[in-house]
Amino acid sequence: MSYPAELKYSKEHEWIRVDGKVATIGITFHAQDALGDVVYVEMPSLGKELAARQEFGVVESVKSVSSLFCPVSGKVIERNAELEKRPELINSSPYESGWIIKVEMSDPAELNKLLSAADYQKTLPPAHKH
Amino acid sequence: MLKRTPLYQNHLVLGAKMAPFAGWEMPVSYPAGIIAEHNAVRNSAGLFDIGHIGLIKVVEGENALSLIQKAATNDASKLEINQCQYSVLCNERGGVIDDILVYRLPLFYLIVANASNADKVLAHLKSINSKAAVSFYDNFCSMTVQGPRAEEITGCVLSASLSGLKHNRALWWRDIIVSRTGYTGEDGFELVVSKREAAALWDGFIRAGVLPCGLGARDTLRLEAGLPLYGHEYDEETTPLEAGYSWAVKFDKGDFAGKSALEKEKKEGLRKRLVGIEVAGRAIPRQGAEIVDSRKLKIGIATSGTFSPTFKKPIALAYLTPHTPSPTPIFVSIRDQLCPAKVVDKVFYKRVK
Repeated sequence: MSYPAELKYSKEHEWIRVDGKVATIGITFHAQDALGDVVYVEMPSLGKELAARQEFGVVESVKSVSSLFCPVSGKVIERNAELEKRPELINSSPYESGWIIKVEMSDPAELNKLLSAADYQKTLPPAHKH
Repeated sequence: MLKRTPLYQNHLVLGAKMAPFAGWEMPVSYPAGIIAEHNAVRNSAGLFDIGHIGLIKVVEGENALSLIQKAATNDASKLEINQCQYSVLCNERGGVIDDILVYRLPLFYLIVANASNADKVLAHLKSINSKAAVSFYDNFCSMTVQGPRAEEITGCVLSASLSGLKHNRALWWRDIIVSRTGYTGEDGFELVVSKREAAALWDGFIRAGVLPCGLGARDTLRLEAGLPLYGHEYDEETTPLEAGYSWAVKFDKGDFAGKSALEKEKKEGLRKRLVGIEVAGRAIPRQGAEIVDSRKLKIGIATSGTFSPTFKKPIALAYLTPHTPSPTPIFVSIRDQLCPAKVVDKVFYKRVK
């Protein structure tokens, strides 16, 4: 299953998993597939306040670099330190071990603006609908 | 409309990620991924479709050698039959029109040009001699097998013995031109084959277990080997001397396009020089990243950068002002941050022969 139904998605190809006020954020199967082998992830500092759709870091693959956007407003409370040693987790496990940051949401109502798995898949080119 | 090589369907069957490159729809990578493809070439062998590359035929005759001598910087008169030579085509300012490989074959010269420059190279040759018998070698295309096992596998697939073929030498085998050349820093063979037979030959290599590799791995491999790529290290404002290819510029062979400009630069000093750059950390200096000194003064610009799969760290090629002393601390500006870096030999990877 490439796009878990319990997650919310952004048009910029991030996913978000909500647990109370805490949102875990990563990039989608499609995003990691389009990038190819991920070799570096630049993450924000802990405590940084992010606005919805603000750029919070980059993912670099061998071939290209891509900006990361935070789907919701909030404060960065955790970063996936494992990605510093094993950035390829974003390819091998985009929704689990390859998560990128956790944010304490300041306005959970913003979640209503995000896409469901079904709606997100409609934004993808045909070859990537699994 | 993007052009397609005769191997387009083969790429789709293999699950390649296709992307536009120089007007062609080419495989960037296959399901194995760029790093696995790169490592296959370093450790075993990889197969590349380079059917986008320009093949230009110059028919033998007294005009052919004289045309190539006037058009290109290297001395083609030194070529024996079935020998290949790296050379550069320059404009009158000494800037690079294209870098090429010249094959002297029994009946004609074959010029291998970059896909993006093929039309320009043909026009350059015709501008030097409008009557010369110069044309695209239309019914043929190229593919290449690169890596330490290339000799064994190519010999097996072609049922040919290639152990006697030296570097930069070519032979005809049936209707295929086989040359011991490449663009990866490894041993390998480039095959010029008729378009009708290309797909069957490709499948033969796949059946022999060679991993197909895309343009992504081709780029990381050539960058580790310090080889220039047109549009990055070369353009019409850059000379072969600045790129470190003075060995391919032969001033004593007679007149050629760009000679006086290059002589002047050689006498007065280079305006810039190509170097290798290693950066601390994992952020990658891409093309266009500025290089600064400890006073934050700009001293250069990166032309290519990638994550090196062999050394597992970022590497880049960059032009620096010629006055930069090597031990000077330098920094690369990556997303507005200054990352400490150092100048190194641009040949990051040297094959153990």
